[in-house]
Amino acid sequence: MNKTGLNSMNKFNKSTINNIITIALIIVVYVICQILISTGVMSNLLQGLLVPICYYSILAVSLNLTVGILGELSLGHAGFMCIGAFTGAFFSKCTATILPNVFLRFTLAIIIGALSAALLGALIGVAVLRLRGDYLAIVTLAFGEIIKNVINVLYIGLDSKGFHFSMKDTVSLNLLDDGQVILKGAQGISGTPQNTSFTIAVLLLIITYLLISNLIHSRSGRAIMAIRDNRIAAESVGIDITKFKLLAFSISAAMAGVAGVLYSHNISSLTATPKNFGYNQSIMILVFVVLGGMGNIRGSIIAAAVLTLLPEYLRFMQDYRMLIYAIVLIVMMIFNWNPTCVTWRKNHPIKGIFSLLSNKTKKEA
Amino acid sequence: MKKVLSIILALSLVVASFSACGTKEAQDTKESQDAQVTQGTENTQDTADGKFVIGGIGPLTGDAAVYGQNVKNGAELAVNEINAAGGINGTQIEFLFEDDEADGEKAVNAYNTLKDQGMQILMGTVTSGACASVIEKTNTDKMFQLTPSASSTDVLKLGNLFQVCFTDPNQGIASAKYIGETALAKKVAVIYNSSDIYSTGIYEAFASEAKNQNLEIVAAEAFTADSKSDFSVQLQKAKDSGAELVFLPMYYNEASLILQQASDLDYNPTFFGCDGLDGILTVENFDTTLAEGLTFLTPFSADSADENTQKFVTSYKAAYTDAPNQFAADAYDAIYIIKAAIEKSAITSDKSVSEIGDALKGAITQITFDGLTGTGMTWATTGEVNKTPVIFTIKDGAYVLAQ
Repeated sequence: MNKTGLNSMNKFNKSTINNIITIALIIVVYVICQILISTGVMSNLLQGLLVPICYYSILAVSLNLTVGILGELSLGHAGFMCIGAFTGAFFSKCTATILPNVFLRFTLAIIIGALSAALLGALIGVAVLRLRGDYLAIVTLAFGEIIKNVINVLYIGLDSKGFHFSMKDTVSLNLLDDGQVILKGAQGISGTPQNTSFTIAVLLLIITYLLISNLIHSRSGRAIMAIRDNRIAAESVGIDITKFKLLAFSISAAMAGVAGVLYSHNISSLTATPKNFGYNQSIMILVFVVLGGMGNIRGSIIAAAVLTLLPEYLRFMQDYRMLIYAIVLIVMMIFNWNPTCVTWRKNHPIKGIFSLLSNKTKKEA
Repeated sequence: MKKVLSIILALSLVVASFSACGTKEAQDTKESQDAQVTQGTENTQDTADGKFVIGGIGPLTGDAAVYGQNVKNGAELAVNEINAAGGINGTQIEFLFEDDEADGEKAVNAYNTLKDQGMQILMGTVTSGACASVIEKTNTDKMFQLTPSASSTDVLKLGNLFQVCFTDPNQGIASAKYIGETALAKKVAVIYNSSDIYSTGIYEAFASEAKNQNLEIVAAEAFTADSKSDFSVQLQKAKDSGAELVFLPMYYNEASLILQQASDLDYNPTFFGCDGLDGILTVENFDTTLAEGLTFLTPFSADSADENTQKFVTSYKAAYTDAPNQFAADAYDAIYIIKAAIEKSAITSDKSVSEIGDALKGAITQITFDGLTGTGMTWATTGEVNKTPVIFTIKDGAYVLAQ
């Protein structure tokens, strides 16, 4: 970290320039959005979507670490988001009266969400990272579902005597009169304070971006990529495979946890339904990563933003909305990644069109 | 290169969205100016541009799509009737409906979309989970919100929402009271869906009221959304525990399977349910003789002989071919309740969202409404509806009033 910092002081290397470009892009978009909000030009829909774009971007960036950099297919990413969301919301709800300072409480909630997701990521990682390829994908898928289902049967209440747990129903919690049920099984947690703001979400996105891009360009990052490229060669030069795999996997889980905390503090009701934390969500995040380009962090952010906006702006299509969305998704995938399209794009660059135009105008002049 | 291209694509999308909302805003201000102008010049014709914009939110895609679709149709039917009859105090209604996929996050997006389209009153959302997210938004905007079918108590906590349906606990309590008072049974088994808010909400209230009614709950067996096809274990337990009555707080699809599997087990207790069971006779390939004697509490029945209900069912079938369920009836009532509240408060459509919200909030607690889903409906300031539950029994394949 220090060494790369020094390097970049002397001459900006490629990765630093890349970082600066991406962060500058995020900040420019942020400033434009703030101006539009303050002048009242921005629609309510877009204002409401700003925070979701940020947390979906964080999810995509974090999954990119597992899929693009570590090279392992994980289909349980929504499960880690779920853990972050529930622990964060649980903490905020318990301490709502004790900690009136919103900034402190929310910061703690984010840290707790990240830590618990990282812990679970490490626990699961120990078990599943021994597997490779399809098997790993299947097992992570199962873990994602397990997390969701466990939360769905968990009842936790709080009264003056402390916490009460149950796996059956709220009646069997035996709460005192002053007690309150915090986690109500399938009904989840409701009434979480809405602390997430666009500014905080953008800040966290930048932090996530910096953390992951610095990790990639650090010694550990190179080790992780060496494992991806050739496991046997990496092992033969003395890279501790389990350690680096676990490192990447738990950091990825921790960031998903942060996104979860943002999610749970953005809308006031939180339930672990297949819709928001099921495998469909995991696959959705994977789609962000694949469309944005595996290993390409900036691409993940852009893909997450575009694919979050798209279904909302297709609302005018009424019942055909999700159908069109799917078609657009397929077209985008083909256009971005189909080899024929890639060569076609290389032969017909946009810069070429610009230079053609400028030549034309020069001739005309 | 592909990066440049994807950035351009993304930027063009952003630009498009900004420009879209820009023009929308411009249009809005223009329209409101126009409206003011027409009002200024000719006061008699104030209805030309002004209309009440009522928004609806519910699932049109996904597992719960059937409920959202019914609400949308029911509300549209009511709006068309009102508009054809000259509107509310001469003002027409515009009804807009957005899909929320029964998800809180999407519901907020749908709400924001409707707000961009100029919604003044919200009739929604259909499901409780999504509703719990939207109440925060309507509370901030002081928008009037009336839900046809979000029945959990969580949605009432901010005190800005009014319900057409019973709350889940109320249904559970009413069921336990009815069973206790009519001495239908002493030993009761409950089979409920632990992954569903509606089902657990009713069950919990039923369990606590059962103690007061001296009912003994001998078995409380849960199932989840992932395992709702085989109920033989739950039924066997109910049978072994000697339950004379099985309480089914769930929707009719699962209940029809339970009735089928109970008859396979040769187990014939009294089955008792809630409003989710309305529609059980329409399940495909279901032997309706199995539902004989099934008793349940529902505010609406499409088979009822009531004149207004028959009129509603006929016009609903004419417009949408399917028979309506209670969701459609709730939504139909909701629109007429909004109409009654507007008439009571004499508010006009040119007022701001929060002014209309405040006026209607005051007015709805003063009205008494007779609709398809109950007569003499009144509202407390908490938002809960006060109406008498109606209990039906199925006899010879038709609903018969049990009381």
